[in-house]
Amino acid sequence: MTAALEIKNLHSAVEDQQILKGVNLTVRQGEVHALMGPNGSGKSTLAYTLAGHPFYEPTAGEVVYDGQDLLEMDADERSRAGLFLAFQYPVAIPGVTVANFLRQSINSRRKAENPDDKGISIPAFRRLLKQKMTEFNVDHKFAGRYLNDGFSGGEKKRAEILQMAVLEPKIAIMDETDSGLDIDALKVVSDGANRLKSELNLGMVLITHYQRLLDYIKPDYVHIMLEGRIVESGGPELALELEKHGYGWVMEKHGVSAAAEA
Amino acid sequence: MSEFTQDAVKALSAYLNEPEWMLERRLASFAVYDQTPMPTIKDEAWRRTSLRRLKLDKIGPSLNGDAATELPADANAQMLDIAAGGSMVQVDGVRLSYELSEELKAQGVIFCDMHTAVQEHGELVQKYFMSQCVTAEDGKFAALHGAFWRGGTFVYIPEGVKAATPLHNALWSANGKTFTHTLVVLEKGAEAVFSDEFGSAKTAKGQFLHNGAVELIVGDDAHLTYVSLQEFGDNMWQLTHERGRVGRDGKLDWIMSIMGTGLMKAFQTLELDEEGGWGRMSGLFFGDKRQHFDLDTQQNHNAGNTVSDLLYKGAMKHQARSVWQGMIKALPDAQKIDGFQANRNLLLESSARADSIPGLEIEADDVSCTHASTIGKVDDEELFYLMSRGIPRELALRIIVQGFFDPIMQRIPFEGVRQRMAEQIIDKVGSLDES
Repeated sequence: MTAALEIKNLHSAVEDQQILKGVNLTVRQGEVHALMGPNGSGKSTLAYTLAGHPFYEPTAGEVVYDGQDLLEMDADERSRAGLFLAFQYPVAIPGVTVANFLRQSINSRRKAENPDDKGISIPAFRRLLKQKMTEFNVDHKFAGRYLNDGFSGGEKKRAEILQMAVLEPKIAIMDETDSGLDIDALKVVSDGANRLKSELNLGMVLITHYQRLLDYIKPDYVHIMLEGRIVESGGPELALELEKHGYGWVMEKHGVSAAAEA
Repeated sequence: MSEFTQDAVKALSAYLNEPEWMLERRLASFAVYDQTPMPTIKDEAWRRTSLRRLKLDKIGPSLNGDAATELPADANAQMLDIAAGGSMVQVDGVRLSYELSEELKAQGVIFCDMHTAVQEHGELVQKYFMSQCVTAEDGKFAALHGAFWRGGTFVYIPEGVKAATPLHNALWSANGKTFTHTLVVLEKGAEAVFSDEFGSAKTAKGQFLHNGAVELIVGDDAHLTYVSLQEFGDNMWQLTHERGRVGRDGKLDWIMSIMGTGLMKAFQTLELDEEGGWGRMSGLFFGDKRQHFDLDTQQNHNAGNTVSDLLYKGAMKHQARSVWQGMIKALPDAQKIDGFQANRNLLLESSARADSIPGLEIEADDVSCTHASTIGKVDDEELFYLMSRGIPRELALRIIVQGFFDPIMQRIPFEGVRQRMAEQIIDKVGSLDES
């Protein structure tokens, strides 16, 4: 059975400031949705609200994920249910190795399913991690490094892809995964995402400012966000139009002044 | 019940069948103890740690009949199960078991309890015992220790000998009167790894006292790794003086973990006496409930071209409190030294408290000395990041705290000990009401 993320009229606030003002979007496994929009339009707020960050307070609407009320679930439950947020700025956790962190993530999944589970054996975990690192072009030294600590921008994004490969989510929200990447790193990360899409039938929401990413990961749908709402939806041609003409026409059409977005 | 009197000193020395010179040293220490007033919070070094509720004379010295003669059932069995070439278990300063490998014996390594050392290696003990490192003049409790010390360990590594395997010592307190003395001497070019583990029952009642001393003497070109792990029950009052001295091109890697006691105050001093000396002090402490830890450290650069590096990391929860007061000192002709000190504190609950007081007293002008101190709580973004990967909140918190301590854990050269400390950290993190 394929999972779906159904966002209905979602409102969300940060420190009592209303950012999302009624987002509607349905993402099914296997689909790629690009979410574009000017800075401050609410893209990252949507990502964090869906992932369950405690600073982002849903104030109205609902989100149904795989038949469950997502907003009632804690961040860790959402992850275990198969939702993944690839961070724009992955957080460094000094003193915690990538390997240890991933093993704990896997074991948390197993334990949630079966409280008596003793966790994955160390040799089995090592085999799995090695295999995934090879498959996703990640240096094997990653395993022993402290998570995101001292990682370059590209390494951080690769580590996010590696985490996805190990945790096998159903739907991933990728928040500006292309930011700060040079063209080679962008290719590696995009290849990884495409591979996950075909292997896991992964559904993706790609939050991005640039057509460049969409050259590598082909979207099925493109949405434009403005002032906390999705105001335009279409196919890949919509992104090309933005690339050519910018957001001016969208703002004009929806009666938003550029100053309000600054 | 005995109190800390001159007669008690004589009785203890007689019971231990000590030579005259040791009795004289004990009496000399007692005279200092007798003349030194009890420290109060009016003394700078004791400003943040009050001994008002310590009933010292109610505890009294550990004389003949007081000591346990077998390991209590509640002793931490794992503490005794460490793979080492030399190992010893003492309860209340009385040796219960002892092993030294043939290999180490053949190397000329001396590893024995302090009382055996006094009897069998009198010349060495006379030379080094409380004469070069800790002395009675260091303070009221150094003097008390000099008068009433009992038990502990003597390690002596002859010139040029690299001890083939680590040495491990477990010191258990059953009667609550603990006065262990650790004396480690590495002659020129010697190397050794030695670990002391201190413990007492978590369920013990009444006031316990550990009034210990640690003396580490690292000769020229010698290299000592000393690990001290303390997991006393929280009825323990621990008052110690510890000092390491490093010769020319010598190295002292000093690692300590503090988990137990209700109140502890330690004076820990590194002396870099000759050019090329190197010393690293790594501390890990984790307090909960009403535990009170007070660490007073000094890095003394007594010669040029010396390097000292201190990193103390502490976590506090509930109403626990920690104090770290550190000082780097450099004498006027101690040029081209490198001194570093950092104290990092993690407050797991807002009811906990940490004081961090770095200090520099540099009289030389061509030096590189830095200090850093931080006090913070668990980062919400770190917590969310781990949770966003499916890790429940409590486990995420544990992972972050373990990560916080990891750089120090990695310096502990015993796998079994590392594992057990990780478990203790997990235990202490437990579940939290707030973050």
